[in-house]
Amino acid sequence: MSVFFDIQQFSCGYYRKFYIKNINFDVAKGSLTGIIGPNGSGKTTLFKGITSELKAKEGRILLNGSDISLMNYRERARNFAIVTQNIEGADIRVEDYVMMGRIPYHSKFQFFETKKDIEVAEKYLNLIDIVHLRHKLMNELSGGEQQLVSIARALTQEPEILLLDEPTSHLDISHQIQLMNLIQRLNAQLGLTVLMIIHDLNLAGEYCDYLVLLKNGEIYKKGTPEEVLTYQFIEDVYGTVVITKTNPVSGKPVVFPVSERTLKQVQDSR
Amino acid sequence: MQKKYLKWLLLILLFIVVTGIIIIHSLTSGDLKVSLTDLPRLLFGQGEGVEFTIIKSIRLPRIILGLAVGGALSLSGVILQGVYRNPLVEPYTLGISGGASIGVALTIVFGLPQLIGTYMLPLAGFIGALVTLFLVYMLSIRNGKIKIQTMLLVGVMVSFIASSIMMLLLSTTTSENIHSIIFWIMGSLDEPDTKLISLAVIVSLLSLFLSYFFVQPLNALRLGEEKARYLGINTDVSIKILFVITSLLTGVCVSMAGVIGFVGLIIPHLIRLITGSDFRILLISSFIAGGGFLVFCDTLARTIIAPNELPIGVLTGMIGGSIFIIVLNRINKKSLID
Repeated sequence: MSVFFDIQQFSCGYYRKFYIKNINFDVAKGSLTGIIGPNGSGKTTLFKGITSELKAKEGRILLNGSDISLMNYRERARNFAIVTQNIEGADIRVEDYVMMGRIPYHSKFQFFETKKDIEVAEKYLNLIDIVHLRHKLMNELSGGEQQLVSIARALTQEPEILLLDEPTSHLDISHQIQLMNLIQRLNAQLGLTVLMIIHDLNLAGEYCDYLVLLKNGEIYKKGTPEEVLTYQFIEDVYGTVVITKTNPVSGKPVVFPVSERTLKQVQDSR
Repeated sequence: MQKKYLKWLLLILLFIVVTGIIIIHSLTSGDLKVSLTDLPRLLFGQGEGVEFTIIKSIRLPRIILGLAVGGALSLSGVILQGVYRNPLVEPYTLGISGGASIGVALTIVFGLPQLIGTYMLPLAGFIGALVTLFLVYMLSIRNGKIKIQTMLLVGVMVSFIASSIMMLLLSTTTSENIHSIIFWIMGSLDEPDTKLISLAVIVSLLSLFLSYFFVQPLNALRLGEEKARYLGINTDVSIKILFVITSLLTGVCVSMAGVIGFVGLIIPHLIRLITGSDFRILLISSFIAGGGFLVFCDTLARTIIAPNELPIGVLTGMIGGSIFIIVLNRINKKSLID
C-alpha cells in the first residue's frame, strides 16, 4: 500500500539563494504533523515546495501515489488547502470569503454558486461557529476571528491535507489554545490530515502527533514530540539553553527557557 | 445568496436609469436647446433641418462614443485595480495611456494612417499600451512580488517619457502633423468617422464580455497572487490575458479620444463603495457608470463655456486628480502601501 503523503529526497529553493536539501518524510492519513525549527531553517521554503510555489530541484512529493508537480492548479487546490499568517481581502464579507473555497470546484466559467457550494460553506460556517460573523467585512474582525474564517474557507475546499503556516502567530495564549483545540478537533472529527509550521515548541509538543525538526535546510530529527523535543536537540538546533520536562497532565514534553542571568547564577553557585 | 443577486440586479437597473437620464440631458443640452417632448420625434422620426442634424449627426454619435470610451476606460481601470490589488492604478497612472499615445503619435508622424487605413491608429494605440503595460509590470516585480510604490513611480516616469517623446516628435515633424497631433492630444469625443465609433463600441462591449470569463481569477486575486493560485487559479495566464484586454481598451480609447485621465480611477472607486468588491457586479457596474460619467463630463465640457468647448480631459483630470489625492491619503492612513 502506498504512503498517503510522501516527500522523497526533496530539494527546492530560491535561485542562487537558500535551498532545502534532501527532505524525506511521510505523513499518515489523519495525522497532525508539525514542522519546527529556528528562523531561517527552511520551514517556509519547504512549505512553498509542498504548495508547488517553488519547483523541485530534486526529488518529488507524492499524494496517494501521484506526483503533485503533475497536478494542475485546480487539482492541487482540491487536495491542499492553505492557511497563511497574513489574511488578505479586507473588503470581502465573511460569507463570501468562505465561499471562495469552492472556486476549485467551479467550472472555469461558472458564474453563480451551486446548491452544493452553499451547503458546504454553511456546514463549515456552522462547524467553526462563525455564523454570527457572516455579514461582517474581514477588516472588521479581530486577528483570531480572521484566522477562524480563513480555516473555514480552507475546509470549504474539502482538501485531503490542510496546510497551516504559523496559525498561532499574532494571537494571545487564549486564542492560541482555542485555535489549536479547533485544529485538533477538526483533525479528529473529520479525519483531516494537518501539516503545520509552528514556532511555539510547547504547542507543537502538546498538539502534534509527529514533528519534523529542520536545521539549515535539512531534517535534523523527525518523530514523536517525545523523540524530537529533547533538550540536547533543541540546544543544538536553536543554539540556546533550555530545560525539557513532561507536562504532568498530558504527559507531553514541555520546553522551558533559561535566562542568561539565571544560568550565570546557577554556575556561580556551583 | 438569492438576496445578493436581486440586489445586484436592482443596482444594475439603477446605473442604467441614471446613465439614461444623463444621455437625455446631453441630447437636449447645448447651444440648441431641445425640449423633452421634441426629443423622440428628432431621434426616431425622419426629417431634415438643423435640429435633426444636431441631434442625429452630432450629439448622438458623440454620446455613443462617450459611452464606449468611458465604459472602456472604467473597465480597464477596474481590471487593473483587481490585478494589482491597488485602488490607485488605472491606465493613466500606470503610464499605459502615455504608451498608447506614443504609438499613435509615431504612426501620425511616419504617415502610416494613409498606408494602412482607418484602423491603423487604434492598432498603434493598442500596441503602445500593451508594450508599456508589460514594461511597467516587469519593472515593478521583485522576487515574484509587485512593488506598488515602484510600479506607481515607473508609471509616472513612463508618462513623463511619453510626453517628452511627444514634444520631440512635435518639434521635429511637419506643421501638418503638428496640427493632427495637437488636435488629437487635446482629447475630444468629436469623432466624425462612424467606422471608428463602431469599432470603439464593438471593442468595449467585446472586452466587457471577455472580462466576464475572468471573474473567478479577478475575485480570487483579491487575496493576492499566491493565494489565488492556492485556490486553483492559473494567475500567470489570467493576468496576461487581462493585460491584453486592458491594453486593447486603452489603446482604442486613446487613439480616438486622446488621453482622458482618471475615469478608470474615479468610477471603480465610487462603484466599489456602492456594490462591494465582487467582480461579478463590479465589472458591469463600472462599465455602465464609466460611460455615463464621461457623457456627463462631455456635456459639461461643451456647455460650460459655450460656444467654446473645454477639452474633456481637463474636467476628468480635475475631478479625478482630487479623488486620487483623497484615496491616497486614506490609504496612507491605513498604511496599506508596503
